Amino acid sequence: MADNMGVLVFCEVTNGKLAGSAAEGLGIGKQLAASLGQELNAVLIGSGVNANADMVASLGAAKVYVADDPILKDYQTDPYIQVLQKVAAEMKPAILILGQSSVGRDLAPRIAFRLGSSATLDCIELAIDPAGKKLLMTKPVYGGNARAIFTSVTMPQVVTIRTKAMTPAQPDPSKKGQVIKVDAGLTPDSVKAKLVNKVAQQAEGVRLEDAAVVVCGGRGIGGAEGFKQLDELAKLLKGATGASRPPCDNGWLPQTQQIGLTGKIVAPELYIAIALSGSSQHMSGCSGSKTIVAINKDPEANIFREARFGVVGDWKKILPAFTAKVKELLAA
Amino acid sequence: MNLIVCVKQVIDPEAPPASFKIDPATNKATVQGAAPVIDPYGEYAVEASLKIKEAKGGKVTAVCLGTALQREVVKKPLSMGADDLVLLEDEAYVNGDTWSTASALAAAIKKIGAYDIILTGREASDTNAGQVGPAIAEILGIPCATIVKKIEILDGKARVERMVADGYEVIEIPLPCVLTITNELGEPRYPTIKGIMMAKRKEPIVWKPADLGVDAAKLGASGSRAKMAKLFQPVKEGKCEIIGGDTPEEAAAKLAMRLREAKVL
Ligand SMILES: Cc1cc2nc3c(=O)[nH]c(=O)nc-3n(C[C@H](O)[C@H](O)[C@H](O)COP(=O)(O)OP(=O)(O)OC[C@H]3O[C@@H](n4cnc5c(N)ncnc54)[C@H](O)[C@@H]3O)c2cc1C
Ligand SMILES: Nc1ncnc2c1ncn2[C@@H]1O[C@H](COP(=O)(O)O)[C@@H](O)[C@H]1O
Repeated sequence: MADNMGVLVFCEVTNGKLAGSAAEGLGIGKQLAASLGQELNAVLIGSGVNANADMVASLGAAKVYVADDPILKDYQTDPYIQVLQKVAAEMKPAILILGQSSVGRDLAPRIAFRLGSSATLDCIELAIDPAGKKLLMTKPVYGGNARAIFTSVTMPQVVTIRTKAMTPAQPDPSKKGQVIKVDAGLTPDSVKAKLVNKVAQQAEGVRLEDAAVVVCGGRGIGGAEGFKQLDELAKLLKGATGASRPPCDNGWLPQTQQIGLTGKIVAPELYIAIALSGSSQHMSGCSGSKTIVAINKDPEANIFREARFGVVGDWKKILPAFTAKVKELLAA
Repeated sequence: MNLIVCVKQVIDPEAPPASFKIDPATNKATVQGAAPVIDPYGEYAVEASLKIKEAKGGKVTAVCLGTALQREVVKKPLSMGADDLVLLEDEAYVNGDTWSTASALAAAIKKIGAYDIILTGREASDTNAGQVGPAIAEILGIPCATIVKKIEILDGKARVERMVADGYEVIEIPLPCVLTITNELGEPRYPTIKGIMMAKRKEPIVWKPADLGVDAAKLGASGSRAKMAKLFQPVKEGKCEIIGGDTPEEAAAKLAMRLREAKVL
């Protein structure tokens, strides 16, 4: 256990580009490595990902382990575990950081258990305990109603980090890293659970994750028809429309538009929450928003404990008048 | 098809956040005025197993680990249509982490013997961990697909749909395997009157650590690889400015103006 040293960041690549979690992982990874007085390294897995190695080095990784193989083109659990196992055997990291994405959620527990250790997912804070040099991993539990701080008895300490919870590392092009090729001995038999197709279900317009304004509706909107009014406001504010879980479960809008603990995490400038109660699980996905505005007919709704501004009343009356006034103000 | 579904008894996650409290003496969470429930994603896993049973035939065994398990709560899978219920109910099993929980569940699964698919929820509503399913897969050395919303059984394998950020993936996974289930599967069925009557009569099977033949040092807190150092409630400032008006329309217009003034718009 004392052998394990340094921080390793799994840098996810989507459609050829580094995912946001890579810079965020390297940002927090750099701090943790500095507190430990140890090295910050990174791993890139995919096909054609060699091209991302310089960028990863410029973000602060001393060594960049690269597994570049056609088998790794799309994320598949088993070969990705095999690669990480190989890198972990070479580097013996004390800490392994991944993003809390579809990939990280799947991969982090598997690699942690495979290495004889444990993982803590969806961390919003990471620090080194000055006394025991252990990683203190803070994550929301009970759907966001509480937080827990975990430590790991075993090594490596594996974490995923919540989107936008950590400050990203800034690139410094003068920084060069050492690129190390990884041959994990992959064969077609390495793949057990096999990806056979990918189906995109993207909504049109501004992506929810990138939007500066999010107009979000809940169960109280009552149907797909009502969401058209939310779309209108979102369009006006150059934002995106999202929803709590019930509207997605009911098929009023695509499942990919769900915001929350088990949906998307957003942190826009302005979050307009309409006819949703503000459950802890929903707030987990939007509490990082700069300003939250609530419209709800129930003055006791939890959303009014979370919002900065609010109106109590029926959204059917409030929203059209609000949209009209916004239009007028923006035109002036 | 031999289907094993893992379900957990939890405090009600849908109780109003204001009723949620942590007892600092025990580091345990409670909600006032709400009874415990079956963990919601576990319930989706039960629904998934029943769908497979309907399509292919077979047997559904539910397994639940905990203490003070309320029979009317943990019998819900039976009333929905599961065939058997195994309870791992003992102090030695609890206060562990996802690894020690999964170790006990995997030992029970081995004792049950025949399994084609093991189903869990994508994450429990209390731990929000999403790890017990993957851990069972690692212990049993079988493949696993997470966040699954649809399952179709083919010859010797399953074709599943896995939710990802911008859509879904179609994955073919050989049996036996572990699948963790998400709400996009569709609402769990309600128990039928017949199911409730059957569940009333059915006695759950209770297995103690000795029945599983596992070392108590591998269970609960002593078998944990992760330790919870602290459990606390984040402080909320909660200073909402409520904007009123004589009519809803007036309040709406005032809201827009106030947002402009605050430079939010
Ligand atoms: C483990 C777990 C994970 C979960 N993950 C998520 C997640 O990622 N995202 C998520 O959203 N949920 C999630 N949930 C579900 C969550 O617990 C709540 O059930 C859900 O967020 C409630 O959605 P809602 O606020 O739209 O509905 P409700 O709680 O039913 O609230 C509807 C609100 O609309 C108001 N209303 C009704 N009519 C009107 C009207 N005409 N005008 C104004 N207001 C009106 C009502 O006053 C009420 O406050 C999760 C649950 C669990 C257990
Ligand atoms: N104590 C338990 N008993 C039975 N099943 C469990 C238990 N804990 C977790 N599970 C299963 O594993 C899933 C994920 O739990 P977790 O890894 O804690 O988020 C749950 O939805 C259950 O299906």
